[in-house]
Amino acid sequence: MKVLVPVKRVLDYNLKVRVKPDGSGVDLSNLKMSINPFCEIAIEEAVRMKEGGGGHAKDAATEVIAVSIGPEQAQETLRNALAIGADRGILVKAEGEVEPLAVAKLLKAVIDAEKPDLVILGKQAIDDDNNATAQMLAALLDWPQATFASKIVLGAGKASVTREVDGGLQTIDVELPAIISTDLRLNEPRYASLPNIMKAKKKPIDVKTPADLGVDVAPRLKTIKTAEPGKRQAGIKVKSAAELVGKLKEAGVI
Amino acid sequence: MAVLVIAEHDNTSVKDSTNKVVTAAKAMGGDVDVLVAGANASAAAAAAAKIDGVRKVLHADGATLAKQMAEPLEALIVPLMANYDAVLFPATTTGKNAAPRVAAKLDVMQVSGVIGVEGADTFVRPIYAGNAIITVQDTQAKKVITVQATAFKAAGNGGSAAVETTAAPSGPFKAAFVSEEMAKSDRPELTAAKRVVSGGRALGSSEEFHKVLDPLADKLGAAVGASRAAVDAGYAPNDYQVGQTGKVVAPELYVAVGISGAIQHLAGMKDSKVIVAINKDEDAPIFQVADYGLVADYKTAIPELMDELGKAGV
Ligand SMILES: Cc1cc2nc3c(=O)[nH]c(=O)nc-3n(C[C@H](O)[C@H](O)[C@H](O)COP(=O)(O)OP(=O)(O)OC[C@H]3O[C@@H](n4cnc5c(N)ncnc54)[C@H](O)[C@@H]3O)c2cc1C
Ligand SMILES: Cc1cc2nc3c(=O)[nH]c(=O)nc-3n(C[C@H](O)[C@H](O)[C@H](O)COP(=O)(O)OP(=O)(O)OC[C@H]3O[C@@H](n4cnc5c(N)ncnc54)[C@H](O)[C@@H]3O)c2cc1C
Repeated sequence: MKVLVPVKRVLDYNLKVRVKPDGSGVDLSNLKMSINPFCEIAIEEAVRMKEGGGGHAKDAATEVIAVSIGPEQAQETLRNALAIGADRGILVKAEGEVEPLAVAKLLKAVIDAEKPDLVILGKQAIDDDNNATAQMLAALLDWPQATFASKIVLGAGKASVTREVDGGLQTIDVELPAIISTDLRLNEPRYASLPNIMKAKKKPIDVKTPADLGVDVAPRLKTIKTAEPGKRQAGIKVKSAAELVGKLKEAGVI
Repeated sequence: MAVLVIAEHDNTSVKDSTNKVVTAAKAMGGDVDVLVAGANASAAAAAAAKIDGVRKVLHADGATLAKQMAEPLEALIVPLMANYDAVLFPATTTGKNAAPRVAAKLDVMQVSGVIGVEGADTFVRPIYAGNAIITVQDTQAKKVITVQATAFKAAGNGGSAAVETTAAPSGPFKAAFVSEEMAKSDRPELTAAKRVVSGGRALGSSEEFHKVLDPLADKLGAAVGASRAAVDAGYAPNDYQVGQTGKVVAPELYVAVGISGAIQHLAGMKDSKVIVAINKDEDAPIFQVADYGLVADYKTAIPELMDELGKAGV
C-alpha cells in the first residue's frame, strides 16, 4: 500500500505571531518555522504502517511519500518528514498565499499521478486554522473521508477509523482509497535520530510547480484587514476563596 | 440573496448553535432557510420552524442521514445550492467535516470559523489561535461558511415557518458508520454552558480530576472542560478539550484549575465574560487573562471555594 502525506510548513507552535502595525498581515520574518504538528502526527502514522508499529502490520505501507506546497524553504519541512521515515518528497513550489482549495487541487493532481491507496493529512494547520484541506481533497477525488482520527485499523480494502467528535468518539469504516485527517491523540511523533536526519538528506525530493500540475492557485478570498485581537482588561489577584466568591457575586456571575 | 443554514440537531431537538448561526445569516441580509438533515427528525424540523426570522425549513429524512456523515450531506446540499447564494454551517465537528466537501464540489474556497459578519460578503475570523483577527472579503458567486456559534446571540423561538420536505440521498456511500461512544452527562453541554469549570495537568489523575471538579461543577451548574494536557494524560475524555484544536467556549464564568494558560488553550476560552484562575504559580500566563486570580494549591483552594459558595447560598 502506498501512502501519501501532505505536510505544511508553519510558524512554530511555541511562537506567538505579530500583527503588522499597518494591518496588512502578520509578520513572520525571522521567526522559526516548523512542520505543522498535525502533519507530523500524519507522517508518524504512515511510517508506523511501514515499520509495523501502533497496531499496524509491518509493511502495511510499502512506500510513504511526503508532499509540501510552499516556498523553497518547505524543503526543510519535507526533510523533517523524511527524517521521521518517509521515503521521498515532492515539493510543489508556490510563493505567497495558497488557500486550501488550491492546495487540494494541487494534491489531487499529485495523487492522480502517484495513485496512493491512502492519504493522511493533518486535521488543521495551526496558522490559518481552516480545517478544510482534507475534506476538500476527498470531495475532489470522490473518495470517502475519516477526519479527526484518533485510531486507525487497516483491513482488507478498508480502514476502520475512530474519530474525535463533539460528543465523544465515533468509529467509521472507509473503503480504500480514502482520506484520513489526524487528531492530536492518534500517536506521539518520535524525535528523529541524528543518523536518520543524515539519511534524510540523501532521500530524493522532486520539485514541481502549480503550472506543471495545471492548477490555478490564485486566491479566491481577499484579506482586507489583519488586526490584533481585543485585549482583556488586566484582572486582579484575590487573596482567598472568600474574597473570590465576593467578587463573583459583585460581577453577577453566581 | 438567499442563505441556507445547516441545523445542528439530534433528530428530536435543535441545538442552540443553530439559532446563533441564524443570527449570523440574518446579518448577511436576505432570506434565511434552515436545513434539517436527519433520520426521523420531524420533531427537530418543527423546532427549527420556530426560530425567529426563518423563511422556511427544509427537512430531508432518511437512513443515509442518520449520522450526518460528510458524504451524504455533500450529496444533499450541493444540488440545493442552485437556490442559494450562501450556506452556513455551525463550526462543530459535524459542520467542519461536511462544509469543505460542499465547498470543493461548488469550486469555492470556504470561509472558516467566522466570528463576525460585516455584510453580505465580508466576514471576520481568527487565525493563528486567535492571535490575529482577519477581515476577509468573499466575492465568489456561492459562499460556504462555517460559523463559530459562540460569537453570536441566539435568535429567539417565536417564529412559525413552513416545513418543506426534500428527498434524502439514497447512496450507497463509501464511508459507513460502525459505532459510537458518546459521553453521557446530566451537565450542560460545554459549548452552550453559562458556566464552565476546567482542569489541567495539575489534577494528576482521572480520579482526582473528577473528585475535585465534578462537585464544583455541580454546585455551579457548570459544564466540565479540560486542557489538552489533561486529555492526553487520560484524566478527561477528548470531548472536554477546550482550545485552538478543541472546543471554543464563551461562558459567563470560566474557572481554570491547574491550567497554565498556553496560547492554544487561551484560544478556546478567552472570550469568556469572567475568567477565574486557580494556580499555584503566580507567574502562570493564565493570570494575564484572568479577571480574578487566586494563587493557591487547588487541593486547599477548591474545598475552601466549595465552603464559601455554600455560605453564599450557591
Ligand atoms: C493573511 C494571510 C496571509 C498568508 N500568507 C501566506 C504566505 O505568504 N505564504 C504561505 O505559504 N501561506 C500564507 N498564508 C496561509 C495560506 O493561506 C494557508 O496555507 C492556506 O490557507 C491553507 O490553509 P490551512 O493551513 O488553514 O489548511 P488546513 O485545511 O487547516 O490544513 C489541513 C492539512 O492540509 C494539509 N496542507 C495544508 N496546506 C498544505 C500545504 N501548503 N502543503 C502540504 N499540505 C498542506 C496539511 O496536511 C494540513 O495539516 C496566508 C494566510 C493568510 C490568512
Ligand atoms: C498543535 C497543538 C495543539 C494544541 N491544542 C490545544 C488545545 O486545543 N487546548 C489546550 O488546552 N492545549 C492545546 N495544546 C497544548 C498546549 O500547548 C499546552 O501544552 C496545554 O494547554 C497545557 O496544559 P495544562 O495547562 O493543563 O498543563 P501545564 O502547562 O503543565 O500546566 C499545569 C499548571 O498547573 C499548575 N499547578 C500544578 N500543580 C498545582 C496545584 N497543586 N494547584 C494549582 N495549580 C497547580 C502549574 O503551576 C501549571 O501552571 C496544543 C498544543 C499543540 C502543539
